[in-house]
Amino acid sequence: MTTIAIQKKKKSKINWQKVLIISLFSFIPIGLLILFTYTPVLNMFYYSVTNWNGYSGTKKFIGLDNYIRIFTDTEYFRVFPVSLYYLVGSFVQMGIALYFATILTVSKTKGKNFFKGVLFFPYLINGVAIGFIFSYFLRPDGVLDSVLQMLGLGDYIIKWLGNVKMINWSLAGVSVWRYMGFNMVIFIGAIQSISSEIYEAAEIDGANKWQEFKYIILPSIKRIVQLNLLLAINGALSVFEIPYVMTNGGNGSKTFVIQTVQTAFKMQKVGLASAMAVVLFAIVLIVALIQRMFFGEKGESRI
Amino acid sequence: MKNKDLNIKTVIMSFLKYLTLIGGLIAVVLPLIVVIFGGLKTGPEFRRTGPLILPKNFFNFENYVTAFVKGKMVQGFGMTLLILVSSLIGAIIIGTMISYVLHRFDFKLKQFILLLFMLATLVPAITTQVATFQIIHQLGLYGSPLAPIFLYMGTDIIAVYIFMQFLDSIPYSLDEAAMIEGAGYFRIYTTIILPLLKPAIATVVIIKGVAIYNDFYIPFLYIPDNPVLSTALFRFKGPYAAKWEIICAGIIIIIIPTFLAFIGLQKYIYNGLTSGSVK
Repeated sequence: MTTIAIQKKKKSKINWQKVLIISLFSFIPIGLLILFTYTPVLNMFYYSVTNWNGYSGTKKFIGLDNYIRIFTDTEYFRVFPVSLYYLVGSFVQMGIALYFATILTVSKTKGKNFFKGVLFFPYLINGVAIGFIFSYFLRPDGVLDSVLQMLGLGDYIIKWLGNVKMINWSLAGVSVWRYMGFNMVIFIGAIQSISSEIYEAAEIDGANKWQEFKYIILPSIKRIVQLNLLLAINGALSVFEIPYVMTNGGNGSKTFVIQTVQTAFKMQKVGLASAMAVVLFAIVLIVALIQRMFFGEKGESRI
Repeated sequence: MKNKDLNIKTVIMSFLKYLTLIGGLIAVVLPLIVVIFGGLKTGPEFRRTGPLILPKNFFNFENYVTAFVKGKMVQGFGMTLLILVSSLIGAIIIGTMISYVLHRFDFKLKQFILLLFMLATLVPAITTQVATFQIIHQLGLYGSPLAPIFLYMGTDIIAVYIFMQFLDSIPYSLDEAAMIEGAGYFRIYTTIILPLLKPAIATVVIIKGVAIYNDFYIPFLYIPDNPVLSTALFRFKGPYAAKWEIICAGIIIIIIPTFLAFIGLQKYIYNGLTSGSVK
């Protein structure tokens, strides 16, 4: 009550100071937001219906031609199926993360923090470095081949990055290696927020580990797992660094973003690349809409 | 009898558990260890021996010197540091300012501004660079370290959220007390809010710091002639394509700072990521 009264009194008295501080403190952040986020988005929509090359003074309006091309020209459309490998990869990744998160929180495991740290560390490593690490790991006569040879599994050696059927699985595997630990840490956080009383009650009732997982852990973190699975769609479409460093998009490993970047900056087709960016934007919006519908305003904080 | 069954089951379960953990450990560590080996081998030694063979001399840092000097990683470190420090300072100042205003004041446009920040998260930055590039070009910032600095500085909603969440825990009574003593809003921000926000600032520094240090895309696009660490390493692809021992050294050089930061700040990194993911 009193604070409201004080504020009301202050309001009328030093209003100018408030206005000043608000405008002063919002000017730069909002300026940057408009300059580097909203203007590009609007421009992107505009460029997407032109044939602009990025530098000439004139742009010709060509309607929906760019969009039609993305969905009909196989050279462009074939990047969509590539993201499915990464989507499958992220499902596998989530499964592994859930497994490690569970055994590192619930059961009595020695060296929990050590294992957690090691499994998480790849997430912090520079993407270019990861690309090189696995180019070295997967190249012919590289690390993986040597290990297989050592284990007497030499017959199973194939060209991990040379075989068109294998390449995207290999790259998706690298992505799993990189991001699994991140999911694991998020899941560990969610599991740890379950009150310990629930476990104690379950133990008294004689629940075994599997029942504990099925009836306590899984329901409590169901939402965050679902949400991460949904967001994996965006992740799968945004893959860039790893295939760009490792294969430069060659051998059928070109992803949506590599295609966009090459279209814009190598082939100077800014109009077409903008249309691709709009398509990705639309997909992200749809995902966000589904997220709002099923997970509410702030789904993630309701762990 | 039943008890014994149970015991055997627990032992097997526990065995399988450690087996998978050690499997995970090997999967993470093996690709890194072999790179360390590779970086310590001489050129002929590298070509002669398999990747799993230990280097002959563990103190052969020749490749590291080559990577550092000829690979321009020294300049890369300098450029990364410049961009990292400037954009972090900028992002912190800007982020705390807008959070302070949005949290402590009620005004007409407040909901609208919050919405602007929220909607911005939906924009996939990786592809809108197609259009952002044109703006950077028009501003004459192409090629200048200012381009990545401004782009990283642009407030992201995660930082604003973390700051605003933390501001909830700073009582209004502190503001009011200071006001009664005659402090203006700017003094309140600098002497009360900013110092008390330190833990939140640390979180944001860690999340953003890791992202900026590891970013490849923006420096690759905007400052191709002033390589940062990631782009300097990427360039090894050309001249050292056949010299894996030098690439290996470069990889380790770029990982060492990350590793040290992780060892020192482990707890904060986990906390930061968990709070960062709770958008």
